[in-house]
Amino acid sequence: MITAGIDMGSRSVKVVLLEEVSMEGKPLMVVKQAHMMLPGDLDADQAAEQAYDDALAEAGVSRDQVKSVFATGAGRGQVAFATEGVTEMTAGARGAVYMYPQARTVVDVGAEEGRGIKTDAEGKAIDFAGNEKCAAGAGSFAEAMSRALQLSLKEFGEASLKSDKSIPMNAQCTVFAESEVVSLIHSSTPKEDIAKAVLDAVASRVCAMVRRVGIDGNVVLIGGMGHNPGFVAALKNAMEVDEVLLPELPEFASALGCALIAAERLH
Amino acid sequence: MNAGVDESKLATAAPEKKEFWRWQENTWFDETKNWKDAKIITCGIDVGSVSSQAVLVCDGELYGYNSMRTGNNSPDSAKNALAGIMDKIGMQLEDINYVVGTGYGRVNVPFAHKAITEIACHARGANYMGGNKVRTILDMGGQDCKAIHCDDKGKVTNFLMNDKCAAGTGRGMEVISDLMQIPIAELGPRSFDVDVEPEAVSSICVVFAKSEALALLKAGYTKNKVIAAYCQAMAERVVSLLERIGVEEGFFITGGIAKNPGVVKRIERLLGIKAVDTKIDSQIAGALGAALFGYTLMQKQGGKA
Repeated sequence: MITAGIDMGSRSVKVVLLEEVSMEGKPLMVVKQAHMMLPGDLDADQAAEQAYDDALAEAGVSRDQVKSVFATGAGRGQVAFATEGVTEMTAGARGAVYMYPQARTVVDVGAEEGRGIKTDAEGKAIDFAGNEKCAAGAGSFAEAMSRALQLSLKEFGEASLKSDKSIPMNAQCTVFAESEVVSLIHSSTPKEDIAKAVLDAVASRVCAMVRRVGIDGNVVLIGGMGHNPGFVAALKNAMEVDEVLLPELPEFASALGCALIAAERLH
Repeated sequence: MNAGVDESKLATAAPEKKEFWRWQENTWFDETKNWKDAKIITCGIDVGSVSSQAVLVCDGELYGYNSMRTGNNSPDSAKNALAGIMDKIGMQLEDINYVVGTGYGRVNVPFAHKAITEIACHARGANYMGGNKVRTILDMGGQDCKAIHCDDKGKVTNFLMNDKCAAGTGRGMEVISDLMQIPIAELGPRSFDVDVEPEAVSSICVVFAKSEALALLKAGYTKNKVIAAYCQAMAERVVSLLERIGVEEGFFITGGIAKNPGVVKRIERLLGIKAVDTKIDSQIAGALGAALFGYTLMQKQGGKA
């Protein structure tokens, strides 16, 4: 049986196709992924269609074979072909616990949102706290600063790891922080130190949100910011935990959770 | 399998385009007068986060100004702003009796005799521009927004400002201008070219508002309608700041956004008050106030800086 989970984020669409094969009474999951950025000239529903078609082609699966499609993410309402929508909290917790059964605190940092989710052993979200009104503590913040530093996102994350300085960022607002970064550049602060200052600021902001639901020792980081090693280090430091569990493809966790929920509903 | 953020795709999604957000830089001086006839020449330099202005005041009267974009170095921005007007009228720095710096870069004006906060300077400038009936000033700048109360002499009695968030500032308008690919000066007039006045953009954060504006376009809004929704959001945002301090008439708006009727008329509509008119460029209010303070200080000090 194949189900699909589509995570319609503010900047990208993630698709997971899940094939469940029963082996000795235990389901075996085969996961297929596709991911695409939302280009400026594509409607959200078009982008979802395209990402879904890409995933199906990649996996060699036809639309008819997919028994159920669930959608999550800020734009889940725009996925016309989805049978049902689930919240990002529900999907994120489910996906994270599937990958790391010991996980109890899920930190999800995407393009425009950051949130902390408290989950139970079944991957059911118990509580959450997130940013609602402000982009500080999300990927866009880091992205704007990497632009100001004229570094690619990859270089930005790597640069921050080379610094051991702690420069406080005063501005919380993305717009103000950009000016602050520019003035740091002009006061000849090394880029590595600025990159670390930015990621420390994002991490501390995310950490403040996660603290509202409580930080358990078993923390999983999901969402696109998981690809930034500087952020992962800063987050670990801010949360004062020994380890942050990090999936290989952190941005697919919610789509995976979504596909899992779709499969469970069919049983 | 395409995992992670593909930056090449990101680059095509948001290419560098023409800089629609760039507003008109301008220089003006009173051609009916000659600065050489003045006894006291004072200068105010407002180094803001986005724009810098230099204003020359001859014997307590506005003589000329230059307004330009703040560069990446405050002392240079101050020098360039002043050079922009001095070069046109053949004035040298030595000809100026007193220089006052204001704005966020006020301590970095190398040749200033004194630095005065922009709150005090905007109130003083507004008092000159709008007359002594002005009591509430809304200063909408590039990255800040302030509500100021003053007395009949332009002396500040109370103020409030946004200090943590760029919502309701010029920067947000620049972002929308770039997104819509419409020159910033056209946003105001175009915001009234709609069939039905839309609901305000609901996001406060500039980053979120940009995404929301994009979503509105995709949902079939015309560009003008999105601009109207954003102007309304900005107006609502600054009105909530104004309401915290209270609005007394005469109400006067300074700063760059005062030149955007799309925001100004919506503020007036929400408040039910019309702003006091002026023929002077609202963007120079801070620098003008600074130059006027310089004039008062010169008189008090018997003409010595």
